[in-house]
Amino acid sequence: MFDYTEKIREIARRLLQEKKVDGIIGFKKGTIPMMNQPVFITSPDRVELLHWDSWCGVNLANYLPKREGRIGIVAKGCDTRSIVVLSQENQVQRDQLYIIGVPCRGMLDRRKVWEVVGSTDVKGIEEGNGKVRVWGNGFDLKLERSELLQNNCVICVHRNPVVFDELVADEVEEQSVDRYGDIRNIEAMSSDEKWNLFQEIFSRCIRCYACRNACPFCYCPQCFVDESRPQWVGKTIDRTDTLTFHLLRAFHMAGRCTDCGACERACPVGIPVRLLTKKLEKDVKELYGYEAGVQLDERPPLDTYKPDDPEDFIK
Amino acid sequence: MAEWEPKILAFLCNWCSYGAADLAGVSRLKQPPNIRIIRIPCSGRMNPKFILQALRKGADGVWVSGCHPGDCHYIEGNYYARRKFALFKNLLEYVGIEPERLHFSWISSAEATKFAAVAKDVVESVKKVGPSSRLIKREAEVE
Repeated sequence: MFDYTEKIREIARRLLQEKKVDGIIGFKKGTIPMMNQPVFITSPDRVELLHWDSWCGVNLANYLPKREGRIGIVAKGCDTRSIVVLSQENQVQRDQLYIIGVPCRGMLDRRKVWEVVGSTDVKGIEEGNGKVRVWGNGFDLKLERSELLQNNCVICVHRNPVVFDELVADEVEEQSVDRYGDIRNIEAMSSDEKWNLFQEIFSRCIRCYACRNACPFCYCPQCFVDESRPQWVGKTIDRTDTLTFHLLRAFHMAGRCTDCGACERACPVGIPVRLLTKKLEKDVKELYGYEAGVQLDERPPLDTYKPDDPEDFIK
Repeated sequence: MAEWEPKILAFLCNWCSYGAADLAGVSRLKQPPNIRIIRIPCSGRMNPKFILQALRKGADGVWVSGCHPGDCHYIEGNYYARRKFALFKNLLEYVGIEPERLHFSWISSAEATKFAAVAKDVVESVKKVGPSSRLIKREAEVE
């Protein structure tokens, strides 16, 4: 995956020199291991900053809504699906974009690394041939790459970009996995068990809204959590307020979420917020046969209807 | 102590179910008194926020009723509502809200008997699961 870097730079340089785009959104190497940061490049002599490795999990589509001008964007499979949703919602026009598609083998999760090495003080990390070498104060370990993947990447079924203008490498093989095993387990529980489970999960929430801010689809000028008169969501970390926030946030993602994992990655207390969005994703797929961000010319499922939609829950 | 009676909040569409409630009353059909009605312009006006707010403020059950598919005064409001409700009901059940607390129905303005029957059904169903406490906030509310 590291050879992508050169190719990305080459494409970026060409696009900027030919003035095909006003700027490129990509990644530059972070100042500490396992943290790359988004970068906006507007001149060809800065393309050397661009970088690609297994720590480019951030969804760059987050920088697109309402942006003007021609933009080049480096995008993985999930990012391109987000771009599709954003253009369905008129937040960005497809012809504004030059999508540099990156076939992705999954991004790695720094929390999993910390857990395995038993420390957050990682001095360096490198990978090759499916192995990851991590070293730091008092440890130097060789780990399996597949065990460090982000949870959403483990069950990803769209590793290749769904829309792109150019690919940096040949497409990778798609996985065929069961995406909803954990959801079905929860569905099979009793109401009390489900309630206790989610109370436990959300009790950690500190209401920082990082999950909201990291999400490319949270672009409303005024968020429902900031509304007062009427105030639909309380602002405290009371269990009711927290659950209300998470329910409504998840519901806003119904039929839109592409499971890029941005929310979960951003969460400072490690709440598996994808449990809610994935449930909605599963329902939308089962009830309406829709998968978010795959077809540019489709309408989102809550923006349309069929006369014979399922209604067995209605009296 | 007297037997506990549930409080149920009903969101009824102005063009059909609200009329049905009126007709049921005028026709003197016997129905349980546990239902508080809020009139909405269309079932498509229902926002999931309203359902959560009702449960937060102490309603034991929520019932949303609109026009039969094809009968919407605004042509298609109830079709959109149907998709929203299906997903939202599933989501609430998924986090542990009892399915017996949420009810949806299609009742036209002529179906007074159906209104009375569904009202009875809703009340019985909510009674079965008892007072709602899960979403009620315990600490002082800051308004």
